[in-house]
Amino acid sequence: MSKKALLEVNNLKQYFPIKGGLFGGTVNHVKAVDDISFVVYEGETVSVVGESGCGKSTTGRAILRLDDPTSGDILFDGENLLGLNKAKMRKKRKDLQIIFQDPYASLNPRQTVRQILEEALEIQNVVSRKERRQKVEDLLQTVGIGAHQMDRYPHEFSGGQRQRIGIARALSVDPKLVICDEAVSALDVSIQAQVLNLLKELQQKFQLTYLFISHDLGVVRHISDRIIVMYLGKIVEIGDKDSLFENPQHPYTRALLSAIPSINVGEKKKERIILKGDVPSPIDPPAGCRFHTRCPYAMDRCAVEEPKLHSLSEVEHKAACHLLEDGPYDYS
Amino acid sequence: MTISNQENILEVRNLCTSFFTDEGEVKAVDGVDFSIEKGKTIGIVGESGSGKSITSLSIMRLVQEPAGKVVDGEIVFKGENLLTKTKKEMRDIRGNKISMIFQEPMTSLNPTLTCGEQIAESLRIHQKLNRKEARVKAIEMLKLVGIPSPEKRVKQYPFELSGGMRQRVMIAIALACNPELLIADEPTTALDVTIQAQILELIKKLQEELGTSLMIITHDLGVVAEMCDRVAVMYCGKVVEYADVKTIFTDPKHPYTIGLLNSVPRHDLKVEGELSVIKGSVPSPFELPSGCRFVTRCPHAREICHRELPALETKEDGNQVRCWIHTDQWEKQAEAVSTHE
Amino acid sequence: MFVFIIRRLFQTIPVMIGVTLAVFLMMHLIPGDPAQIMAGERADEAQLEQMRENLGLNDPLYQQYFRYVGNAIQGDLGTSIRTDRAVTEEIFTNRIWITFELALYGTVLAVILGLIAGIISATRKYSFSDVSLMIVALFGMSMPNFWLGIMLIYFFSVNLGWFPTIGWESWKHMVLPVLTIGTGGAAIIARMTRSSMLEVLDNDYIRTAYAKGVHDRVVIYKHALRNALVPVVTIVGLQFGTLLGGAVITETVFAINGLGRLVVDSIRMRDFPMVQGTILVCAVLFVVVNFIVDITYRLINKRIELN
Repeated sequence: MSKKALLEVNNLKQYFPIKGGLFGGTVNHVKAVDDISFVVYEGETVSVVGESGCGKSTTGRAILRLDDPTSGDILFDGENLLGLNKAKMRKKRKDLQIIFQDPYASLNPRQTVRQILEEALEIQNVVSRKERRQKVEDLLQTVGIGAHQMDRYPHEFSGGQRQRIGIARALSVDPKLVICDEAVSALDVSIQAQVLNLLKELQQKFQLTYLFISHDLGVVRHISDRIIVMYLGKIVEIGDKDSLFENPQHPYTRALLSAIPSINVGEKKKERIILKGDVPSPIDPPAGCRFHTRCPYAMDRCAVEEPKLHSLSEVEHKAACHLLEDGPYDYS
Repeated sequence: MTISNQENILEVRNLCTSFFTDEGEVKAVDGVDFSIEKGKTIGIVGESGSGKSITSLSIMRLVQEPAGKVVDGEIVFKGENLLTKTKKEMRDIRGNKISMIFQEPMTSLNPTLTCGEQIAESLRIHQKLNRKEARVKAIEMLKLVGIPSPEKRVKQYPFELSGGMRQRVMIAIALACNPELLIADEPTTALDVTIQAQILELIKKLQEELGTSLMIITHDLGVVAEMCDRVAVMYCGKVVEYADVKTIFTDPKHPYTIGLLNSVPRHDLKVEGELSVIKGSVPSPFELPSGCRFVTRCPHAREICHRELPALETKEDGNQVRCWIHTDQWEKQAEAVSTHE
Repeated sequence: MFVFIIRRLFQTIPVMIGVTLAVFLMMHLIPGDPAQIMAGERADEAQLEQMRENLGLNDPLYQQYFRYVGNAIQGDLGTSIRTDRAVTEEIFTNRIWITFELALYGTVLAVILGLIAGIISATRKYSFSDVSLMIVALFGMSMPNFWLGIMLIYFFSVNLGWFPTIGWESWKHMVLPVLTIGTGGAAIIARMTRSSMLEVLDNDYIRTAYAKGVHDRVVIYKHALRNALVPVVTIVGLQFGTLLGGAVITETVFAINGLGRLVVDSIRMRDFPMVQGTILVCAVLFVVVNFIVDITYRLINKRIELN
């Protein structure tokens, strides 16, 4: 089966300047995303996971050009998004939609749901005025909101329903790629499950491709095909879902997975790896491997030499760690 | 009235806390019973609107009046009802005998006071230490909660610390006077998972060392499984199931508990296909169903469930469940036509 | 902190340039020939030309400006037409101190009354005292200075005879003008303190303080007030500026020989250099006060970065 790459990110860097000093000049940079590359194939779900400050949300924003990346290429359907001017990019946004964590903040409180959706349709001019009403009804139906609720305002809906409206808005323009930035993180467990199921269902129905940004590894395991683990602006591990969850190779991924409290009370607990200290500042990230300051396996060379992504298996499982130079490491 | 059990540090009986809004009374906590055995950990789980946080604030008598008020019940701490205490007596208990840590370490510390000052404050109030003694003890506390170079940190302001560090400072404040009961309201919800692991480990370690009883309020079932001995599951202001942690996770009885457990996406299990879900959403507090609170979302609901609120029945093993299915009534009930498809 | 002060000082430079430019241009923007205004209406062409030459009005505008600023830096703001004394001398020997005293006492009164009223209101939200205080504050804010001044004179001086009606000599003279000038500020500060306190009292760390068993009073003064003061300090700074403006009216009503009255008199007498000089001094004073406010602000709230 040949897979078609829908999104290709090459050497993406996103530095944010820090102003300061006597004359308010740029004194330093926050290296939020520092030279990452990955591919998203058509129809799949790729998740980007990591803790706060790892650069996962910045990556999503950079792809949509909500911030302008410092350098790199973002190829969408073969076209470099970073080469487009503002007007062309606006048109392109029809194909790339985003769903945020807090749908409330992104829904105009003075517009009814119908107005919100009609406006979205109007901007991208996908359907004629006459068809719009029907399309709005269809969209709401698709996300599980009744047509009778169409003329209500966002505050009249619960958090889960608002997220459904956010999804409906994203879908209104028939996008190819949907970036879900912590889209279910603010929802209660029972509602989160509903929204996750909805996202999966919609993916099949409309052949959507998802870039799913989340800190919740349970959610990620459920929804993704492939997973990218980030730490301090770098990709530390990337791989197929099962391979990554059953056989995590990077010490950070291992620590991350073992740190999640499990609801398995009956089974004997696995040895937990507790990392020491906090994530270092992205302003002055550690030299060499960025994880070496907290890594239980750190060697001398980790402090000086930055590890490359090493291929570990045939299912495109890669991790950036010196331990893995000669293939998978035996952690037992 | 039940006789107070000597082994229990805290007994909550028929606690009712309401908020009085323009649209009417909201019974945020509606007849909640549970107890905490000395040195043990209880978890209160539930989703937003379940009343779990209000329960903890009620115990501390920190519900903001006049909008909110504890309208009924007893909160018996070491044999004495906290609800009849005077303001001054309550102040002597708070931060001294019962302490609390909150969800948001970012906003729960005063931005204009140093960390040291915020720890020292409790010590000066409750243990009548002078400035210098309190400072020495504050440094000791920072060391205890695993903050590196405490002599330096004691002079720093909260904004100079990371989220994890701030939560450690919160724990230091809470444990400064060696309380008998620690209430942790979503202590790790705002933290990253590797930091959460550190903080949970720390709380567990300190609980063992100091013999503190612990009450954890959380929506995270993983945290409950990890930390608690007993669990109370709350839904719409009521406890629907109250059992030991093993039973809750391996043999849950209430349909809500079962639904909740099934809807958690698992990182540690290979599951394909859809997540099982609880349909619908939590009813508005102004439109609570007249019978069982869960009836609108329950897959097993029968006629009696719509009509009458089930009691919290105690089983032989001491576990409790509030559901008609687990009563003698259930079999007698003719299967009513479900109102749902 | 040092870097902050230096940077903040640099920021005042464009403000000062703007102020001097505005004051300087004022002379050229008002209708009519400045020389004509200064020399008087009966002056003949030769006298006017002489006046222009004296004032340097025949030079290019930018040269005039630089000369003006250069002189101002050296403390030379020209000579009063009316009294023939140096403008700076006129301003600094007596007048400015009276106005400064008036504004300072007014501010102190406004801060004390405002804070007390604000705190009482905030801690007893919607109570009788809160509602009545806020109604009084609303009146205080909406009352024009001149009217308040006249009413105070009417009741306390004319009817009751407690205080003298005019002048600025003993503390008795000061009571009514300070009340007049401070009331509006007190009202604004009271409302600001109230809303700021209410916001702060809603914060998580206030709950933390209660959960520690801290006494209510300590929670309010130690934990809440300090944080609530941050926006209030800004208002106080701005208020001081408004007070300088209010001084014009108050000084006129109470016949106090301060800066405000000087401006009014000078305008009436077409004493142009005097008007210019007074306005410039007031503007500089305002900039200095704001500078001090910003530093105080920064001391109270260590998190504030320059931007």
